[in-house]
Amino acid sequence: MNYGPLIFLAAFLALSGSWFGFVLKPQMQVGQLQQTNTVPDGAIYPLGRPGMARQGLDVYRANGCASCHSQQVRQTGTLAEVRVTEVGTNVDAVVKVVAGAKPDISGEKLTNSLPMTILQGDDKQKCDALAKALGIAGAKAEVWIVPTGPDIARGWGKRRTIAQDFIYDSPVMLGSQRIGPDLANVGSRLPDANWHLLHLYDPKMVPGSPMPPYRFLFEKRRIERVPAPDALVLTGDLVPEKGYEIVPGPAARALAAYLTSLQANEPLFESPITVPAPAPAATNAPAGGDTNAPAK
Amino acid sequence: MNAVAKPSEIDVSCRLPLLVLFISAAVWLVLGSLFGFLASLIFHKPDLFSNSFSFSYGHLVAARSTSFLYGAGIQLGLATTLWLFCRLGRTPLVQPILVTVGAATWNLGVTVGLVGIIAGDATGFESLEMPRYAALIVFLGYLIVATSAAVTLHGRRERSLFVSQWFLLAALFWFPWIYSTANLSLLVFPVRGVTQAVIAWWFSANLQIVWFGLVGLAAIFYFVPKLTNRELHSHYLALFTFWMLILFASWNGVPNSAPLPSWMPALSTVGAVLTLIPVLTFALNLHGTIEGKYSTLMAGPVLRFVGVGIFAFVVATLMNAVSSVVQVGQITDFTWFVPAKALLNGYGFFLMVMFGAAYYIVPQLIGMEFPSAKLIKAHFWLATVGILLIVLPLAIGGIVQGVMLQNPDNAFLKIAKVSLMFLRLSTLGDVLILLGHLAFIFNVVGLVQRFYQARAAAAFAAATAEIATVGAKA
Repeated sequence: MNYGPLIFLAAFLALSGSWFGFVLKPQMQVGQLQQTNTVPDGAIYPLGRPGMARQGLDVYRANGCASCHSQQVRQTGTLAEVRVTEVGTNVDAVVKVVAGAKPDISGEKLTNSLPMTILQGDDKQKCDALAKALGIAGAKAEVWIVPTGPDIARGWGKRRTIAQDFIYDSPVMLGSQRIGPDLANVGSRLPDANWHLLHLYDPKMVPGSPMPPYRFLFEKRRIERVPAPDALVLTGDLVPEKGYEIVPGPAARALAAYLTSLQANEPLFESPITVPAPAPAATNAPAGGDTNAPAK
Repeated sequence: MNAVAKPSEIDVSCRLPLLVLFISAAVWLVLGSLFGFLASLIFHKPDLFSNSFSFSYGHLVAARSTSFLYGAGIQLGLATTLWLFCRLGRTPLVQPILVTVGAATWNLGVTVGLVGIIAGDATGFESLEMPRYAALIVFLGYLIVATSAAVTLHGRRERSLFVSQWFLLAALFWFPWIYSTANLSLLVFPVRGVTQAVIAWWFSANLQIVWFGLVGLAAIFYFVPKLTNRELHSHYLALFTFWMLILFASWNGVPNSAPLPSWMPALSTVGAVLTLIPVLTFALNLHGTIEGKYSTLMAGPVLRFVGVGIFAFVVATLMNAVSSVVQVGQITDFTWFVPAKALLNGYGFFLMVMFGAAYYIVPQLIGMEFPSAKLIKAHFWLATVGILLIVLPLAIGGIVQGVMLQNPDNAFLKIAKVSLMFLRLSTLGDVLILLGHLAFIFNVVGLVQRFYQARAAAAFAAATAEIATVGAKA
């Protein structure tokens, strides 16, 4: 190879190969993703983050939060399981069906520990058949889809993180390190923005945490007439001197809004999970009964 | 065709631009290791910089990465490229003043980028932290230097190309492509969603594995035969290494954990494992060149640096291939193992080889020896022990951390506490590396100062001699 242009051509070909594979093709496949619907509810997902949270993403970037926190929940497998929720009247018949999957169970034990998982495995058809047989025997049974893996067992998410979760974020900061916990779902784990504000000011509130405090996001100021409603409620050494209060700055509030908005746990076609049926809808009926009498 | 240029003529043409590149790289090295040291102090005392936005951990880490990659790494790589193009082509450097301007532009760009990062403008993408206004200046600086390098190669007087020149020419062209793609598609016209992450991973792998690999191997293929007085074992094997490296290593980067269609991480795994082929052929070639006598790699300071670099290259590529397999990645991803392998490749391999090159090239440029051979030796040991003290604890700590994370019964804070121990150990490595860089800068600046002092003395002597003769005539 004594010919410069030939080497240039070789490099050009090699690099264009990987450019097509890792720049152009991903852009054609995941770069064009649109909103989708949750399964089975059909709600639109994902919705763009609210304005404050979007500003918070910028604070997250500017402070390099992604150097310590990942936003990727991993999943190693998916299992189907049959849960008995009601035994019904014909306990003996139900126990007989259940015995096919869980032999040594008595009717009494089954009735007393509902809901009970009686079969777990990767064969969904078998689970469906068992649930159907239970239904015929008069019991109520549900088939659940349960993602598995250490991250999910740790409670970092209900399902794995997928490309869809990030279509409205820019920059996308997936992180490569878990010096701190994964944050893909921190908004579902810790939905209280005030908790995040306190934690940013004083990570030591979680005993043993190695996280550095981010006090520059807060402002110490003199109390004017009345204390500010959003002043931090601090304890111990952190209480400022009398007449002063610690108030979160705009960046801190945006960051807390972003953190609480991190909730990637909707059930989707691509990453199915079964979510529990919603609790009965709340009404505007006055609490404590159906009369208008003042509560005592 | 012109007659071939003498080595001294070549070195004079390279002197100014290369000294600018080497000295500024040395400054960036000191800065980078200082940022790294400060960042690692935060693990000893978390509230050290709790009131400082500029010195938060994220900023320090981004500043260190930028100083090492762009400030030191690419600059040392460019200096070595220019010098090897001149020496192997037996031709003086084309437009040395323009190259100096290019080097200054590059440094201006990195400085602007660093200030931007400290001010909170980091992009959020690893190894591409500099904001886009700085990236533009950096890119311009690169183009100026690279154009002159390409013209120098084109006008070479020794027409046949040596192995190193293939690698360097490919690298010269590689960087502008990946850098412009990454900046355009991530910062100027950002693509949507996780495609951003894919492109950032692609860029990072192409910079740290392909670019560093090409330039580092070019230097090794030049220095090892030259300093051991042997012929390169096989040019064909080297050609094969070249092809395999550019074909396979360019597919590295996408981790298995990524929230992406699984063909992407799968392709990356294939790329990472197949990258073992060029490493193997490279090792065989080298083994043949030195005829299995590895002790020759300990002869002389330059070979020592290069020798450690060769060893680190093989180990780092192996670590990369093993951890790209799904089952291993499940444990090593998201742990300190990831920075451990990146540092072993970027510092243990690439920068070590570049140090060797600098210790060979700078005295040639000036025609004088370094002021202190002891300092070179000190730098070698500080750098070698330092990088070991960083990579070993982080790699072992990473594996421990990864295994513990597999069991959800281990509380996260307990895991964090265990890995903290390994981190604190690596701070010692950061200190040693910093001291090594001080030795490096002291030697290089001392040599340059000595040279200009001698020059000034000679000029003064010449001027006064004239006065003396004039006086004698009167």
